[in-house]
Amino acid sequence: MRLFLHQLRYEQLLFWRSREAAFFVFAFPLLLFVLLSSVYTGTYLGKPAAWAVLAGILGYGAANTGFAGLALLLVGRREMGFLKRVRSTPIPAHVYLSAVLVSMLLIFVFQAVAVLVLGKLLKSTPFPHQALSMLLVILLGAAAFAAIGLGFTSLIRSAEGSSAAVNFVLLPMAFLSGGFGPTTHYGRVLRTIGDVLPLKYFVQLVYAIYLHNHEIWSKPGSIAVVAAWGVAGALVAIRRFRWEPVEG
Amino acid sequence: MTPAAIVVRDLRKSYGTHEAVRGVSFEIAAGEVFGLLGPNGAGKTTTVEILEGYRRRDGGDVSVLGHDPARSNPQFRERIGVVLQQSQLFANLTVREIHLMFAGYYERPRAVDEVIELVGLREKRDARVKTLSGGQKRRLDLGVALVGDPDLVFLDEPTTGFDPAARRAAWEMIRALRSLGKTILLTTHYLDEAEQLADRVAVLREGRIVREGTPADLTGGTEETEIRYRRDGREVLLRTGEPTRVLNELTTQALAEGRELEGLTVRRPTLEDVYLLLTAEEDDA
Repeated sequence: MRLFLHQLRYEQLLFWRSREAAFFVFAFPLLLFVLLSSVYTGTYLGKPAAWAVLAGILGYGAANTGFAGLALLLVGRREMGFLKRVRSTPIPAHVYLSAVLVSMLLIFVFQAVAVLVLGKLLKSTPFPHQALSMLLVILLGAAAFAAIGLGFTSLIRSAEGSSAAVNFVLLPMAFLSGGFGPTTHYGRVLRTIGDVLPLKYFVQLVYAIYLHNHEIWSKPGSIAVVAAWGVAGALVAIRRFRWEPVEG
Repeated sequence: MTPAAIVVRDLRKSYGTHEAVRGVSFEIAAGEVFGLLGPNGAGKTTTVEILEGYRRRDGGDVSVLGHDPARSNPQFRERIGVVLQQSQLFANLTVREIHLMFAGYYERPRAVDEVIELVGLREKRDARVKTLSGGQKRRLDLGVALVGDPDLVFLDEPTTGFDPAARRAAWEMIRALRSLGKTILLTTHYLDEAEQLADRVAVLREGRIVREGTPADLTGGTEETEIRYRRDGREVLLRTGEPTRVLNELTTQALAEGRELEGLTVRRPTLEDVYLLLTAEEDDA
C-alpha cells in the first residue's frame, strides 16, 4: 500500500508536469465540450441538446483518458526503456501498473467534475441527480477503457506511431458512438458499426443516468457490453503486455 | 576467499535455432569488478539479462547473490542496481525527484542527496532532466541504479557516446563504487575501459568464453612485442618474443648503413590487440 501511494503520487506529478498530457488528456475534452455545446442547439430526447453533448463528452473523455491516454503513456515508457528499468527494482509489477491505472482513473474523475462544472456555468446543465450511479458509471467506463488501452499497447510497435494508431481508433469510435453529439441523424451503416463499439454502450449508460435520471442498474445489457470489452482488453494485456522496448 | 557474488555454470540460451549462449561458466567474487567483453552478437547482453532476471535460461545453473534470478523476487531486486544502455528517464522531473521516486521502491534506500553527490550532480539537483547534457543524463542513470544501495551493480556500456573527459569522470565514479565495496559487472566494447576498471575480464565470442583472466594475464599471454618502422616509405612490422635482440640487430644495421629507422615504435600488445586477435578468428572459422 505504501508503494502504491508512493507511485500514485509520482504518477500525478508526472501527469501534470507534462503539458502535452495535461492538455490532450485533460483539457482537450473540455474544449470540445465548449465548441460542441455551442453548435448543438434545441432539444434532444426531450432535454436541452447541451445535456446530450455533455453526456457524449463524458463518454469521449473516458475513452480519451482511459484508452488513449493510458496507451500512449505506457507505450512511451516502454519504448524509452523505462518499464524495463522499473522491472529491475523491487516494486512489484501489479503495484506499479495499478498505480498507473488508478492515476488515470483519478484524472478522468477530475475531468468529469470539470465538465459538469463547466456545463453548469456555460449552459446551465444540471449536476446529475443519480450522483452515485454517475460516479459508478464513470469508474466502470474509465476502468474498461483503461483495460482496452492496456491490451492495445501490445499492438503498437513504436512510440512514433503510437499517437496515430491510438487516434485512428479513438476518433472514429467517438464519432460513431455519440461522443461528439447525438447520432440519431447518422446513416444506417454508421449506426450499425457503432453498435459493436463499447463507447456507444457507455454513452447510452451516461444518457440513461444523466438525461433520464435512471440508476446504473436500469441498463444491465449496456453494462455487460462495456465490461465485456474491458475483460477482453485485460485478457489481451495479460497475454501480450510487454515491459521491454520492441526495438532494441 | 571472499564469497562469490555471481556463479554461472554451463549457462545456455537459444532463440529459436540460434544458440546465443553455449555453455558459459564464470564466477565473480564479492567486491570484484568483472568486465564482460565481446563483439555484438557474442552473447554478452543475453548473459547479463539472464543474471538481471530479464530472461530465462534454457540450461545451466545461475546464482546471483544467492538467488536464482529466474525467480526474480523483490528481495533479490532490493540488492541489485541496473544501468541499461538504452533507457531514458522522465524529462519533466528534477534530478532529485527522480531519485526520490526510485528511492521509494526500496526498503532501505541510500540518502538521496548522498547519491546525487556521489554521481556529481549536486549543482543540478533541482534541474529538470531535459536540461541535462548527455553525460549528466548517464550519471543520473547511475545515480538511480545506486539509490537502493545495491550490493551488485550491472553496468551495460556505461560510457558509450561519452567525450574523453566525460569518460574519465565516469571511470572515477566506477572506481569510487568499487571502493564502496560494490560488486560490478561491466559490459563494454571499449578495451581500454576494461583494462582501466576491471579486476578480471572474460571475452565472449559466439556464445562461449574464449579467454578469461586479469587484463595483465590476457595481455601477458602473448609474448610478442611489435616493432614498426618505415623503410623506403613502406611500413615494416615485426612481431618478436626477443625484442632486445631484434632491436639491436635493426639499429646496428641501420647505423652501419647510415639510415634512420623512420617512425620507429616498439609496443607491447594492449588488451585491445588481444581482443582483436581473439575475436578476429571468427572470420577464419
